[in-house]
Amino acid sequence: MALRQIPVTAWIGLILTGAFAFCAIFAPWVAPHGNGEIVGDVWEPMSAVHWLGTDNLGRDLISRMIYGARITMEIAVAATALSFSLGSILGFTAAVFGGWFDTLLSRFVDLLMSIPTLIFGLVVLSVLPTNTLTLILVMGILDSTRVYRLSRAVAVDINVMDFVEAAKLRGEGKGWIIFREILPNALSPLVAELGVRFIFAVLFLSALSFLGLGVQPPDSDWGGMVKENKDGIVFGIPAALIPAAAIAVLAISVNLVADWVLNRTTSLKGGRG
Amino acid sequence: MADTKANSGKLLDIRNLRIEATVYPPGEAPKTITLVHDVSLTLEKGKVLGLIGESGAGKSTIGLSSMAYGRGGVRITGGEVILNGRDILKAGPKGVRALRGREVCYVAQSAAAAFNPAHKLIDQVVEAAMLHGTATRAEAEKRAVALFKKLSLPNPETIGERYPHQVSGGQLQRVMTAMALCSEPDLIVFDEPTTALDVTTQIDVLAAIKDAIRDTHVAALYITHDLAVVAQVSDEIMVLRHGRLVEWGGTQQIIKEPRQEYTNALVSVHEIEHQEQQPGTTPFLSVKNVTAAYGGGHVKVLKNVSVDIYPAQTLAVVGESGSGKSTLARAITGLLPPEQGTVTFDGRSLANRLADRPKEDLRQLQMIYQMADVAMNPRQTVGTIIGRPLEFYFGMKGRERDKRVAELLDEIEMGKGFVDRYPAELSGGQKQRVCIARSLAAKPKLIICDEVTSALDPLVAHGILKLLLNLQQHEKVAYLFITHDLATVKSIADSIAVMYRGEVVRYGSKSKVLTPPFDAYTDLLLSSVPEMEIGWLEKAIRGRRMESAGN
Repeated sequence: MALRQIPVTAWIGLILTGAFAFCAIFAPWVAPHGNGEIVGDVWEPMSAVHWLGTDNLGRDLISRMIYGARITMEIAVAATALSFSLGSILGFTAAVFGGWFDTLLSRFVDLLMSIPTLIFGLVVLSVLPTNTLTLILVMGILDSTRVYRLSRAVAVDINVMDFVEAAKLRGEGKGWIIFREILPNALSPLVAELGVRFIFAVLFLSALSFLGLGVQPPDSDWGGMVKENKDGIVFGIPAALIPAAAIAVLAISVNLVADWVLNRTTSLKGGRG
Repeated sequence: MADTKANSGKLLDIRNLRIEATVYPPGEAPKTITLVHDVSLTLEKGKVLGLIGESGAGKSTIGLSSMAYGRGGVRITGGEVILNGRDILKAGPKGVRALRGREVCYVAQSAAAAFNPAHKLIDQVVEAAMLHGTATRAEAEKRAVALFKKLSLPNPETIGERYPHQVSGGQLQRVMTAMALCSEPDLIVFDEPTTALDVTTQIDVLAAIKDAIRDTHVAALYITHDLAVVAQVSDEIMVLRHGRLVEWGGTQQIIKEPRQEYTNALVSVHEIEHQEQQPGTTPFLSVKNVTAAYGGGHVKVLKNVSVDIYPAQTLAVVGESGSGKSTLARAITGLLPPEQGTVTFDGRSLANRLADRPKEDLRQLQMIYQMADVAMNPRQTVGTIIGRPLEFYFGMKGRERDKRVAELLDEIEMGKGFVDRYPAELSGGQKQRVCIARSLAAKPKLIICDEVTSALDPLVAHGILKLLLNLQQHEKVAYLFITHDLATVKSIADSIAVMYRGEVVRYGSKSKVLTPPFDAYTDLLLSSVPEMEIGWLEKAIRGRRMESAGN
């Protein structure tokens, strides 16, 4: 496919998401200073030395932002991947098997969803040790209930179509029906959901860190950085707004990419027109 | 008549109408395609003009242009549409609003989809007349009740109080005709009003529409793909193809002495030579006393049904919707396990449930669906769709499989270029052919064809039927042919089973079933098939012995 055909919005999304991803992957080489290194005064303004100024302990803000991107995206990507694999496979299976399996699973998911996510997360995290793996598991499993609902609803619709019936008449196994007949046709709504879910994962992680139950110091994700620097806002210091802005920009750029991918996967003609 | 002539005669005058649309193929620059090429027509007051053609002929597009409306991004780019002496294309939004629902009304194909399910029928019927201020609510309701009576709807006084889902499809179509007539328009556009109905219901609706047109002196554009239907109601017929005029003439002339080759093909379609085969000694599949029900045994849809199928022969199952003919197919394939009775195949009895049948039994029984576009996974290419049964049943792989796919494509008269295409890139007839190839790939003994031609244009359907007959001779495959179309049955069947409300009411070889004396239902079914003959409708209505199920 020619690069010219990618729309401008998708380019913006791709470039920004790419930049974030690059920073996240190569953080130790990109960042001018170390993550926990104190290099100057508290809340220094932006300057040629410290591009975004320094934070509440005098650490270089841009370096912290870059390391923060790494932690934020690592956890969000892993949690989204977990919630999607778990949610969609269980959702499709429930739709195809139906019966007691579907009822049991769906009611269990209803039960999980009836408890507000953040409160549920707080309770679980206050009991379990707070490390990256726990965070990923808690966020992934809580989010997978949403994905389960969506994929089950989509798959129930597809499951009654003639081509699935034809596959059943042919004698195909459940695996073929789920992965070869239903999955390709359920991809569009799932991709749309993927962009949104990833951002919710970022926001959820930020909220947890802001409340002090997420990533623990000296490491910090963007939400934690908002927390560390929030007291500066009263004194007119923008240090808390920068990580907040980064969260917003990441949200928009990821969704621009998701929209473009969505447009391409909706085509039923293999993108040939 | 003299009165209408004095009124300057012409009601609608379309001159050199050109309609275009812009398509946006992904990966290419947008391009403009012309849907209607400079078509002209005139319609006098109180006359009916039939617009006929296959899908894509532009007949609906032309019909809607009489309301200055282009459906789904279609633009009227040239020509004039003169209605009641003024060009409505220049009328502007306000002028168009005054015209629609007042001077021109529209009757859509699927009444079930066109009515708002959240409002009572009467509210929807009188709406246009009230909005245009031509009648008060009380007057409009009185008019509506009179129209319900004229269209011979049951309980004309109270039927308006019902919601759309509470009346049958045929009744709903008549209510929509009443809705169009309620604001006393000069012109009504009928867009395939009977296509979605059963033959026995179609005849009632057709008669009701014809009477209503005659009594109200309204002019009409009648759009359909069925020449026999249009011959019953119209004064003149216009044949269209690919957005161009093919032939335009009086009804008598078009159906008796068509001048163009294409019209001739339309008129003479359905005539397939097929020699009836005598049933052999032993049937290879017999259905014995099968009873089946939905909803855990509450709704009995098959009652004690027994039929036999002989090798390389065709059994046609005929009936209206709801007669249980598709359920019979589901019972045979095991999708709906029968409550009682057995299905014997090749001397052994088939397991009732699909899950209990061995792969070999599944291979021997294949199925082709009515809607070819939902019967194929839209994300798989033609090669994958046809190749999968080869892999699955015979373990063919790689080049061997590709070779066989190419052979099959050849058999269904499609070339090699189609292997990499997706279903969305095929026409309706091609899709159905691919479905046929998919079932043939399994080398089955029996193919169940569920209304395989009813969603297709007549000429395309004709081609599919011929293909099926050819394949039967080469591959020695038997068909269970489910249809509501008796013309199809006549051209393909060796034996026929007529079904009515879950029971087989008449069963035997084709010649026996189609020879009098008939039972009441078979008679109704046979006499309801439109014939290409003026005055057939009146004769058929007079000769009927029982009411159709749609009433």
